[in-house]
Amino acid sequence: VTRGSIIAVLIAAIALMAVPWMITGSFYINMASQVLIYALFALSLNLMLGYGGMVSLGHAAYLGVAGYTCILLVTSGYGQLTAAVAAVLFSTLFAAVFGVLSLRAPGLGFLMITLAIGQIVWGIAYRANSLTGGDNGMSFPARPKPFGFDIQDAKSFYYFALIVFATALFFLWRFSRSPFGASLKGTKEQPRRMRMLGHNVWFIQLLTFIMAGFWASVAGVLFVYYNLFLSPHALGLQQSAEILLMAILGGATSLTGPIVGALIITLIKNVISTYVERWNSLLGIIFVVVIIFMPYGLVPGCKQLWQRFASKRKSAAPKSTAAAEPTA
Amino acid sequence: MQGQFWIIQTLNSVAFGGLLFLLSSGFSLIFGLMRIPNLAHGGFFMLGAYLGYSLLVRGANFWVAALLGGLAVGMLGVVLERFLIHPSGRILRVVGWLFEKFFFSPLRLNFLVSPWRALLARFRGLAGNEQGQVLMTLGVSFIIADVCLLAWTGDPMPLPAPAALRRPLFIGGYTFPTYRLVVLGIALLAAVGLYLLMERTRLGAMIRAGVDDREMARGCGIPVSRLFTIVFLLGATLAGVGGVLGGPILNAYPGLDTDMLPLALIVVILGGAGSLLGAFVGSFVVGFLYNFGIALVPDLAYFVLFLPMVLVLMFLPQGLFGRVQL
Repeated sequence: VTRGSIIAVLIAAIALMAVPWMITGSFYINMASQVLIYALFALSLNLMLGYGGMVSLGHAAYLGVAGYTCILLVTSGYGQLTAAVAAVLFSTLFAAVFGVLSLRAPGLGFLMITLAIGQIVWGIAYRANSLTGGDNGMSFPARPKPFGFDIQDAKSFYYFALIVFATALFFLWRFSRSPFGASLKGTKEQPRRMRMLGHNVWFIQLLTFIMAGFWASVAGVLFVYYNLFLSPHALGLQQSAEILLMAILGGATSLTGPIVGALIITLIKNVISTYVERWNSLLGIIFVVVIIFMPYGLVPGCKQLWQRFASKRKSAAPKSTAAAEPTA
Repeated sequence: MQGQFWIIQTLNSVAFGGLLFLLSSGFSLIFGLMRIPNLAHGGFFMLGAYLGYSLLVRGANFWVAALLGGLAVGMLGVVLERFLIHPSGRILRVVGWLFEKFFFSPLRLNFLVSPWRALLARFRGLAGNEQGQVLMTLGVSFIIADVCLLAWTGDPMPLPAPAALRRPLFIGGYTFPTYRLVVLGIALLAAVGLYLLMERTRLGAMIRAGVDDREMARGCGIPVSRLFTIVFLLGATLAGVGGVLGGPILNAYPGLDTDMLPLALIVVILGGAGSLLGAFVGSFVVGFLYNFGIALVPDLAYFVLFLPMVLVLMFLPQGLFGRVQL
């Protein structure tokens, strides 16, 4: 941790806290909350994608499992806290099963299985009318009041989401620098060598999968609090693909990447959707363009550009000192 | 009455299994050879159904519509494979020149020409980047779905079955839906044809060699890149024909692609990738489970599919007849 990065984090934190003052109008503050929720989603997916090299196309399933559990518990009379905790726990348990199944196949087979399971969850949500209300979806009665604070309006909900997001970000940051995070990166780069060194690659990947599922479930509960509604459309393939695109667009190898990706995609989606209905085409085109031209994402790409720029400046600088030396 | 229910459901299941075979045999071959799941395959199926609808509305014969729709989708598959998944240098140069000629010059964007050329020169394609190739097919599937929505609106479009096959057969006091029997017959014919192609021809031998060991096949002088295109053409055409044939049973509607794609994935997970027999057995297993699931426990139709997948993944991770690691 350098001084520069501490300053950058502080500036980012102040900027995030100041968002409701910088932009007025609940529409835009709500959009900022949405960015935070999606950023948490993308970050959780990125645990698997960026650090573990596991491409999942079933990530929206957690949104569904956690969201529906939360709604069902609250509507059947349980307390908000119980519902939220139970939803996250149940969904994390689901992630463990999901992970055991998906990790039976390496590489792109993993992608296929996650996609299939994700779509099965979607199919159950869509078909099981008696449980989930089918296509009509389910509405959530009201947002909770954590510690007596009212988070009904846009501004206070934004702060609520920000606190959750910051907590998650802190843990994910710690994770990325922990020995476990390092061994996970090892399983991505050199699974065979890691196995030879005595690491249980499968278990490392499974734990990561569960952890990603946990944070995605937290994001899922937030998503329900934000929308006060959940329907199968929110957990389809498109949602999983959008989350994946956020992580890839921003740059999967960094923590900032998915956040930047979530910001860009959410803004584009909200802005475009007000003018035209062609969001799906645009999503596809962004996908294709990003994969052809920016396979490593924006954040690492910009970093690379900056480094090239900086090294040019440096290589230009010694000439002047060399010229200056004789006179000194 | 009870007997009639079982007959109808069984026939629905095998007809649906046949459609699934048309969809998933190509998917499985593409996965076997190129090691990527083609996530646009559901889109191909849906596009086939819509193209068939448009041809039928314009008065085409049903079988002609099926053939033309299939071929059109097949051509789209070739374009996807040649231009996006494995672009060659020559194709890139042509695309670059077309852009310069018809996009930059007319719009007086000459200042963009040199960065454009630099970009193309740096572009190495997605060779070796299999993850990128999959995501590319995913992006294309979204574009296909949206173009279909734009062109054919959101209403379900029922495709009329050929007039001669609309009347049910009466045998021994039971009625049999003729069209479904014919679909089953076509799927079986396709299975036999594919089997002969794969096992009895030189092309099939080359494809099998490519599935088993791509690098070795290349080393022996088999033009594997050309096989990629051929297999993509074959797979996309089969999916397109399947779409048209499935139209009278399933209708063409937005979301048909995301309904069918996971089924194809499950077929391949069950049957094993790269194997025709696997696709065949998997298709009928999934066809039965899905159809009876919908008929008997509509709420849990998808969950019924989940169980065999779990069993296969736990005990036979390569699938029942898999030639390649999933």
